[in-house]
Amino acid sequence: MQSFDPNSSFLFLMAGIVVFFVICQSVFFLRKAWLRARELGIDKNILMRVVKSSTAFTVAPAIAIILGVITLSNFLGLPLPWLRMSVVGSLTYELPAATSTAQALGIPISQRIFDPAAFTAIAWVMTLGILSGILACTLFLKNIQGRIQKIQQKDKRWGEIFTTSIFMGMISAFLGMIFADITKGIEGWIPVFVMIISALLMIVCGIFVKVFKIKWMEDYALPISMLGAMAMAIPITNLLG
Amino acid sequence: MEREKYNEKVHLWGRIWCGCAIIMLLLFPTVSSIYYDAWPEGQAVLTGLLGVAPIFWTVGVIEVFTFAPMLGSGGSYLAFVTGNLTNLKVPCAINAMEVADTKAGSEESEVISTIAIAVSSLVTTLIIIMGIVLLSWLRPILESEILEPAFANILPALFGALAVLFISKNWKVAMAPLIFMLILFLSFPSLTEAVGVLVPVGALVAISASRILYLKGHV
Repeated sequence: MQSFDPNSSFLFLMAGIVVFFVICQSVFFLRKAWLRARELGIDKNILMRVVKSSTAFTVAPAIAIILGVITLSNFLGLPLPWLRMSVVGSLTYELPAATSTAQALGIPISQRIFDPAAFTAIAWVMTLGILSGILACTLFLKNIQGRIQKIQQKDKRWGEIFTTSIFMGMISAFLGMIFADITKGIEGWIPVFVMIISALLMIVCGIFVKVFKIKWMEDYALPISMLGAMAMAIPITNLLG
Repeated sequence: MEREKYNEKVHLWGRIWCGCAIIMLLLFPTVSSIYYDAWPEGQAVLTGLLGVAPIFWTVGVIEVFTFAPMLGSGGSYLAFVTGNLTNLKVPCAINAMEVADTKAGSEESEVISTIAIAVSSLVTTLIIIMGIVLLSWLRPILESEILEPAFANILPALFGALAVLFISKNWKVAMAPLIFMLILFLSFPSLTEAVGVLVPVGALVAISASRILYLKGHV
């Protein structure tokens, strides 16, 4: 048996191979979609705006993901959290998965893991416990999309409203969640105030775009509002928390 | 190329890539178990799985049905491998479709969504790699008490702006699911844990309400 270090170069190499695979998949789909977009006559400038806007938007959530890697690394070392947070998972899944297995094994999650069998048990649970999304995607997506397209082709206007309604369902669920703690006192209102500031910043960006014709802002309105509201969450929490 | 032909190709590529991704994901635990000669106890894995799999297997399947119509085929095949759907990939795709001004469900929105998700995945992967390389320098900053409220409020900061983007254009469709979710979360605050399951519930409420509005000619 090899001596075990959860930060070993072997584990980094293994995680690196899987992360590289995911990079290849992203590049493949990016290229195919780009070529198809050009075939459909979508202007190159619009595609570049999409790339820039998506890049700017991704920065803050991605930094939050690093925080998740740090949280898990105290227990599991870096390679496994790096891998898990770069693919399928998010902290809301990986942390309960690690905790659930650690409890089954009777080990604390506050200390670095040095038992290889415990480590592999956690790696297996993290991997197997959330495979359903990819499996369902691989097996059923074609069928699901076929049905959705039928709805869209049958009645184009309703097809649009149908898709918009699904978007709205998601946004509503998260907006509702923000209000969950307001009965717990003023502290429970903090997320609501942050949400309102984010919404106001978005409206201000809209005014800059539409009234003052500052067109570039259109592409960055969402990241600007998000980062602005995150920054304002600091004084709001200090004031009310 | 016709839309259907392109779609067929996307599904073929998607199935191959996702199939390989499943194998790649299983590679890490398999190879580390072999390399360290440390196969875990079956019971520990089963007990661990019992703590998460019933919820997350359900959520995973529901998410495919809910997000696939929004993300399109190419975007879905990629997003379900790269993860972080609700907090990153789906909002990113919505934002990109707004930037490109494409109609929901059109082929244009499908390719724009795929491009956005691919870019977002690449940027996320690179930022995480940079984060790991610079960890000793970044750690005190990211874990500082000053910044803690900013990261704790990332979802309200995201969905506030997203709400303006979407509700301003579709406020009639938005009303029913919004009111429903507000009442639900105010009545049962502990449901925040299950927000993933509530997304399709919100979608069903929105679809039902907008169908009525559509048939009456209000949307």
